[in-house]
Amino acid sequence: MFEVGLGHYLTLGAIIFTIGLVGIFLNRKNVIVLLMSIELILLAVNINLVSFSIFINDLSGQIFTLFILTVAAAEAAIGLAIIVVYFRNAGTIRVEEIEKLKG
Amino acid sequence: MMNLDLIFPEIFLSLAIMSLLMIGVFKKNSEKLVYNLSTIILVILLALVINLFSIDETFVFNESYKIDNLSIFMKSLIIMVAIFVMISSFSYVKSLNILKIEYPILILSSILGMMIMISSNDLIIFYLGLELQSLALYVLASFNRDNILSSESGLKYFVLSALSSGLLLYGCSLVYGFSGSTNFTTIATTSSNIEYGVTFGLVFIIVGLAFKISAVPFHMWAPDVYQGSPTSVTLFFSALPKAAALTVFIRFLYIPFVNLIEQWQTILIFISLASMLFGAIAAIGQLNLKRLIAYSSIGHMGYALAGLATGTNQGIQSSVTYISIYLVMTLAFFSCLFMLRKKSIFYEKIEDLSGLSSNHPILSISLLIVLFSLAGIPPLAGFFAKFYIFMAVIEQSMYFLAIVGLLSTVVAAFYYLRLIKIIYFDDPKGKFETDHYFGLKVTLAISTGILALYFIYPGILNELVSKIIII
Repeated sequence: MFEVGLGHYLTLGAIIFTIGLVGIFLNRKNVIVLLMSIELILLAVNINLVSFSIFINDLSGQIFTLFILTVAAAEAAIGLAIIVVYFRNAGTIRVEEIEKLKG
Repeated sequence: MMNLDLIFPEIFLSLAIMSLLMIGVFKKNSEKLVYNLSTIILVILLALVINLFSIDETFVFNESYKIDNLSIFMKSLIIMVAIFVMISSFSYVKSLNILKIEYPILILSSILGMMIMISSNDLIIFYLGLELQSLALYVLASFNRDNILSSESGLKYFVLSALSSGLLLYGCSLVYGFSGSTNFTTIATTSSNIEYGVTFGLVFIIVGLAFKISAVPFHMWAPDVYQGSPTSVTLFFSALPKAAALTVFIRFLYIPFVNLIEQWQTILIFISLASMLFGAIAAIGQLNLKRLIAYSSIGHMGYALAGLATGTNQGIQSSVTYISIYLVMTLAFFSCLFMLRKKSIFYEKIEDLSGLSSNHPILSISLLIVLFSLAGIPPLAGFFAKFYIFMAVIEQSMYFLAIVGLLSTVVAAFYYLRLIKIIYFDDPKGKFETDHYFGLKVTLAISTGILALYFIYPGILNELVSKIIII
């Protein structure tokens, strides 16, 4: 019978982490997608922490996850607020057009 | 019973933030009151922190929070600089119309985050402090919300900083998994037998921290964010978070990962070399003073990291001295920047400095002292800061690092001297206003005074710093 071990969870975490990272750098369209990519990175970290916590029998990883979830929510709220402020000034949230500051 | 009085400053600050919020909500037009009250709170906080001085290394909360000489020194340094930031930027904040109750409260909460970061001895506590600090900073960067540059800089800072937090967290998760604990002291004992997972996590953590102190190759956010955010926030950005992040760097490298010194030393030397060179070369073509100071701060971070790369107490102490003097230099430079004002418009281009000396001799002398000090010319404080770093580096016979550091000082001197040439030998432009806010004048006088007279009593700072013994 096929057994799901720590390595599988870590691989899943690494894949999701990479998707988030690539999403930030390849995305040229919309800032909201950046927010989603950041969220993916944090979720990958959560998968890592929870699976580690179970496999080494230590609770602090799961507590860490709860804190990360809370902070991620706050971060998303602030990020959306900043995006709204930016949209009111610039009239667009396309990533390629965010280039007023250059030098 | 736990030693609650050891974390009394943090408790006091969080209670103060909450009561300031209450005042802001229930009292109309209380912006000025909240601003002044928060300055007073910072002064009281400074007294509370200094009160803890010369205490032995103590742990609280199950060894997750650490009070030692390093944390007390850095905390009092940060609070002291924050007080001057508050009093020097008051008139700027007022004339830019961003004097809202949230502004001082956000500054206070980011300072609370920094204090937690500095004292943390546990991955979870460290992460919470870091996020408390950066969440407040995201909002501060885009605080001038009707200005497109400010909101763009806030957006950029948010995306890149959140990305770096993500990298750092991924590193933390790996370190936790492969060493089995989130406590720094326990990680140090278990990570002595080399696990690849811990090394991997260490690299991610270094990358995340390098983002926070804007060291090359993770510096790309700094110039944009510095230029776009309001100058008072730029001053805050270029001073305090860097000091806090550097302290965390010291903590991470020398407590949990001290056994992995061979792994991180090369990375740190590379980051330091790249920052020194890049900071010196990229600043040459800049036209905006805030952008210029961003590149200059990248270079300065390179020197501070060079001290950390040595792996000795002397290196750590020289880095701490460097960052203290760097904070004073930043404060003095930005106080000069706040004075370039005409009809409540603030000027920040290099060409606006042209011929400043004929109309404003005192301001020009202060700028001269600051720029010479940034360039590291004796007998100003900036020279001694670099001198201690090079001493520590050479002591460990890392000659390549020292030589490249010296060479990039020479390159960097070019653009500081060019500024001085523009101030003293170019055609004068129109006069700036001279009726400055009292606090701004005091800040400029004290900070340039420290820079110019540091060489008379270098022992005061050195004695305090020499108490910081990590390994």
